[in-house]
Amino acid sequence: MEVGVLAVQGDFAEHIATLKGLGVEAREVKLPQHLDSVEGLIIPGGESTTLSRLMTLYDLREPVRSMAAKGMALWGTCAGMIMLAMEITEEDPVPLGLMDIGVHRNAYGRQVDSFEQDLSVPCFGSEPFHGVFIRAPMVNRLGEGVEVLASLPDGEPVAVQQDNLMATSFHPELTNDPRFHRHFLDLVPVVAN
Amino acid sequence: MVDVLTGTFTVKTGHAQMLKGGVIMDVVNREQAEIAAESGAVAVMALERVPADIRADGGVARMTDPGIIQEIMNAVSIPVMAKCRIGHFVEAQVLEAIGVDYIDESEVLTPADEVHHVWKHEFNVPFVCGCRNLGEALRRISEGATMIRTKGEAGTGDVVEAVTHMRAVQDAIRKLQTMPDDELVVEARDLQVSLDLLMQTKEQGRLPVVNFAAGGVATPADAALMMQLGADGVFVGSGIFKSGNPVERGHAIVQAVTHYNDPKIIAEVSKGLGEAMVGISARSIPEKDLLAPRSL
Repeated sequence: MEVGVLAVQGDFAEHIATLKGLGVEAREVKLPQHLDSVEGLIIPGGESTTLSRLMTLYDLREPVRSMAAKGMALWGTCAGMIMLAMEITEEDPVPLGLMDIGVHRNAYGRQVDSFEQDLSVPCFGSEPFHGVFIRAPMVNRLGEGVEVLASLPDGEPVAVQQDNLMATSFHPELTNDPRFHRHFLDLVPVVAN
Repeated sequence: MVDVLTGTFTVKTGHAQMLKGGVIMDVVNREQAEIAAESGAVAVMALERVPADIRADGGVARMTDPGIIQEIMNAVSIPVMAKCRIGHFVEAQVLEAIGVDYIDESEVLTPADEVHHVWKHEFNVPFVCGCRNLGEALRRISEGATMIRTKGEAGTGDVVEAVTHMRAVQDAIRKLQTMPDDELVVEARDLQVSLDLLMQTKEQGRLPVVNFAAGGVATPADAALMMQLGADGVFVGSGIFKSGNPVERGHAIVQAVTHYNDPKIIAEVSKGLGEAMVGISARSIPEKDLLAPRSL
């Protein structure tokens, strides 16, 4: 199994390190041909406007959209969540429009408001997951068929899944806890056939 | 009740991690900030004057008018950084109060304290600081910097000092990795850094925080050079808005940083950019006018 991590900008190296720690082959995806052999793709944290421009410029949008439509596992963290969304509250960046959610960028405030908080993730059991939120986006619309994997105590969803698509507004790649990466890898075999 | 923590080391270093592989551009007004965002900058540095003008004008260079910074913050959705003078913790307090996303405690401004830097741990807003070598980098991290940039020589358009400083940091880390542990105490003493941080650096084989290159980057090839030398990303100060075609040049430098290992792409984006900033050789500057040696 080979998993790609979009590597046009952002903390892709942290995702690759976590995947390698799980014994998974991971590769950087900067150009469309790098997608040829991958069975799953992570869009990392970074600056979403930059990711969006570079994805357009290097013709990555359509291949990612069509592969996701065919069932490729796709996970976006923070800026990646913004890219996966159906719509966002601003005109920029232009999301891929894959997951039936609406997203509000930087909704928790500027960097001084960035925070860490333990999250309850029912599908992982009782052990909380440490959420690291950096200028994080907020899910402001949940479509039918979108499952909430984790929420803040006030009920705001911060980890969501729709079939082969997953999005988190926080950064599991900045922790040493690989449970979200494992969960993502579980979505990959669906693609293999 | 679940604890909510802000201003932690993790969220401060984490923000810098999100900027990796990106270009941070100096801007002096709203229009430039919008151009920078449009060309794909991951953040902007809000300034009254770019370093080339600070150098030309002389006099005392201070924190930018908070009103100008706020105007830039309102103009773009990407992170906004701003500079305070070295050791000027009240300028830092002001920048935190208006909510900038990162403070650059910068040798480009006239130092307010020739001995001490800002004690950055007590701020919620994160700090980036310049360095010329591993000792400076680790001392700044001890004071609470959560992002480092090699200094280069700002406002020159000459990349030589950026290269010198990046190589100095990388060489010192490589030396550290083959150094037996029983020599580390002396090394820490020589570098004037904490043994803990030095051991951490040895173990990780890199600086414990994100390290960008700065000071003299003027072309896409300059930016890619710094990336190949080990930078996590690039600051471009005067190099974009002092050039003939800022939009195209900014866009080209962004692409060169993403594809820094792909000379064909660097060649492609380097075509037809027009005049680079004029530039002054860093070696022609009298020692008293150099910015990089201002803080140790």
